[in-house]
Amino acid sequence: MNALEAINLSKTYSDTDGFFLKNKKNIRAVNDISFTLKENQTLGIVGESGCGKSTLARMLVGLLEPSSGTINLQNKNIQQYQRQELGQVIQYVFQDPLSSLNPRKTIYQSLAAPLKYLHQQDNSLIKEKMLSVMGEVGLKEEFLDRYPHEFSGGQAQRIGIARALLADAKILILDEPVSALDVSIQSQVLNLLNDLKRKFNLSFIVISHDLAVVENISDEIAVMYFGDIVEHNSSKEIFQKPRHPYTELLVGSVPELNKQFADISNKNTELPDPANPPLGCSFYSRCSYGSEKCQNTKTPINSTKKLPFVSCFHPL
Amino acid sequence: MINFLKIVAKNRLAAFGGILLLIILTLSILAPILPLKEPNITNTADRFMVPFEGGHILGTDHLGRDLLSRLLWGTQLSLAVGFAAAFIAATFGSILGAIAGFYGQKTDNIIMRFIDMLMAFPYILLALAIVAALGPGLFNALIAVALVNIPFFARNIRGVTVTLANKEFIEAARLSGMSNLRILIVEIFPNLLPMIVIAMSTTVGWMILETAGLSFLGLGSQPPQADLGSMLGEARSALITNPHTSFVPGIMIFCIVIGINLFGDGVRDALDPRLKKGSLIRPLPQTIYEGGDTQPTPSTKLLSVQNLSTQFHVNQDVYQSSNDVSFEIQEGECLGLIGESGSGKSVTALSVTSLVASPPGVIKKGSVNYKNENLLALPYEKLRSIRGNKISYIFQDPLTTLHPLHTIGDQLLEALQAHDSKLSISESISKSKDLLKSVQIPNPDNVWDVYPHQLSGGMRQRVCIAMALINNPELIIADEPTTALDVTVQAQILNILNSLRKERKLSILFISHDFGVISQLCDRVIVMYAGSIVEEGPVKNIIQQAAHPYTSELIKCVPQLGNKEHALHSIPGNPPSLNQLPEGCAFANRCQYKQDQCLKGSVPVSSKDNRSYKCFYPVGGTA
Repeated sequence: MNALEAINLSKTYSDTDGFFLKNKKNIRAVNDISFTLKENQTLGIVGESGCGKSTLARMLVGLLEPSSGTINLQNKNIQQYQRQELGQVIQYVFQDPLSSLNPRKTIYQSLAAPLKYLHQQDNSLIKEKMLSVMGEVGLKEEFLDRYPHEFSGGQAQRIGIARALLADAKILILDEPVSALDVSIQSQVLNLLNDLKRKFNLSFIVISHDLAVVENISDEIAVMYFGDIVEHNSSKEIFQKPRHPYTELLVGSVPELNKQFADISNKNTELPDPANPPLGCSFYSRCSYGSEKCQNTKTPINSTKKLPFVSCFHPL
Repeated sequence: MINFLKIVAKNRLAAFGGILLLIILTLSILAPILPLKEPNITNTADRFMVPFEGGHILGTDHLGRDLLSRLLWGTQLSLAVGFAAAFIAATFGSILGAIAGFYGQKTDNIIMRFIDMLMAFPYILLALAIVAALGPGLFNALIAVALVNIPFFARNIRGVTVTLANKEFIEAARLSGMSNLRILIVEIFPNLLPMIVIAMSTTVGWMILETAGLSFLGLGSQPPQADLGSMLGEARSALITNPHTSFVPGIMIFCIVIGINLFGDGVRDALDPRLKKGSLIRPLPQTIYEGGDTQPTPSTKLLSVQNLSTQFHVNQDVYQSSNDVSFEIQEGECLGLIGESGSGKSVTALSVTSLVASPPGVIKKGSVNYKNENLLALPYEKLRSIRGNKISYIFQDPLTTLHPLHTIGDQLLEALQAHDSKLSISESISKSKDLLKSVQIPNPDNVWDVYPHQLSGGMRQRVCIAMALINNPELIIADEPTTALDVTVQAQILNILNSLRKERKLSILFISHDFGVISQLCDRVIVMYAGSIVEEGPVKNIIQQAAHPYTSELIKCVPQLGNKEHALHSIPGNPPSLNQLPEGCAFANRCQYKQDQCLKGSVPVSSKDNRSYKCFYPVGGTA
């Protein structure tokens, strides 16, 4: 079964110029994206800042409304869910663990919210359930009476994960789950996520700018550039044999031990203007393989959702 | 609560205001049980008695009523009305502001336009109109004063609510199934409370004045009832002949308002989280140095940091951010400084030119030898001629380093002319533009007239690098200059730094948490953990075989792409807090090679050839 399905999803923000003169500009954030997330799988979405990955994440959990396209959660359209129902199906783990916790509430109060409002549990059961989940994510009972500022980043992220688990949702959207953490702590949290996925039959969408993080945790990876999915493939292959020139550039840019400088010094790194997107391939201006076709023809989108997919006329 | 009062009391003026207010409050509350004469009994025979005449301590008014008694009863009434008005205004204003800010859009527009209309009337005129409509009387004056103050609260609270409503914890609450009303009450209100208290404490005084003003005009309290405004009003006609009748209520009003305002400022400062962190205390231009006239050991290197110890004193805690740190940088060398957050790497780098915010930072001991002078002990003027000139910095976030209201060109010129005022403007401009070209900015003329927010992150960081280079420095200290950037941009910035250093024979101290980045750019590397250097040596050798277990683990954390089986590596546990450093080796509790010896005393530094490490049991024997 599909845990989540996105069909031709787009989001444009409209921006009005001036107070009296309504000169509407459409800013493109996500552009005609389709993919599926199968049950018990992890889909990684990777891309650099401004590629639309956070907009996508917020649409998937219902915090933002898509401009067009459909989202199906467990084969049911997202719009048919009430707020309470939706929270029991899909949850979101925020990028900055500290700012996703109310600074004036104890951890107990923050963690009790999903049980109280999504599942109408009584107080007596709340604590029991909470302690069992806290045990799973490696939090101690004495943390319950503390306030968010008393925690380190790693602990706060575990609290965020515990809150998502308490909602009992089977689909989790993880937005940069470890980017606020030190390298030595990052994989502690990633390993925890992998264990939880197996244990509770979860499905994840992990959004990150960090290729290594996404590769580590995902079964499939989609690479986004300027609102488009430019390549979508299994995580085993995508960084080993990149097919899209942008994926190749990303892989080449990651600093690794004993690696020489990639010679990209003179290339353009600017994104196209989102209010005025290019006609053809959005990566054309930075690509060294481009042809006239790339400049003027719309690149393919993955309407059949088959893998591997690459949105390029001249794949590598 | 006691802690809070202690913070308020630290501010002497606030303490004075608080005590003044407390005395006035106690006296007015005790008015019914103090042996006072009846406030409203007239005795025209005793009119206009001066103080201490006929047993009237403060004298009598034009109807022979005891002024002391009227003053205390009147104060009680004025305070009650003032506080009640503040409370009503705060309640309604905050509710309106919170609703407008939280729901936004149309609701916001309707409420705030109504508030704007209220604000458009001069407040005294509005209050007069309200009293005129409802009739004179203290209660109606109270309503009028409360009403005209609602906009102040509504606008303040709306602003705070808008910021809160976009916070992630509100979205988290939504995903937990809470209704909007519940979010407003349970999640947002507790965060608004300090703001409401602050706004109230600064407005009570002003409301008391406004009520007094209405009473003075005869629209508030009606005779024979005394409040401070009406007492002043009644005494007005005798201002010249019997000034004491005016002075008595006048001085009281003065004392109340000054007391409330001083105390209110204290409360505001104590509640403001920015002040708690000390960020509104202006730091000194140069870190406090307690090393006296420590003479640095002479060195042939460009810069030599010797036994540097920098601490932060926050309340009773001492954070040992850099602990007996020594290292040297040669001319043309790129030295990497690696460590995780809180390892003291940035503090160490800022200490070099005394840039650590002070207070709370203090350089306890050590020296920085640059051209046979101790930089830490230099007088400020001399230090300034080196900072940004011979030693310059590049920071992590170029958006906060650049001034948002000046164009790139102006900022470059300023950096140049601050250290070289002899250069003509045209020479400065051409020099700056050449530099922009050398950091690979494609079109320097366009970038020249642009503001920082109009550039992308990568472009901004190039501008910062150009600015750091502008005075031909000998050393650049780059503090995580690529951490906030995307990988493709990071690769370019590293390229630029690398070619610049070769062209100009620059020395670079490059700070990072990523061994991958360090291995590409640096010749040598220093590894810091919990404020101390744990290993030092040429990058190539250390990557081949690290001596310290922490270095070895950190190297394993560098990912290898395209090899999914090579799982990401983590180090179990967390680093220690810098205010509670353990005895012995700080890494021991996370170390797989730990022995009893590691837990006590201090660990000596072992050196061999060009490498050194701080460990009893180095990885792979003696390295």
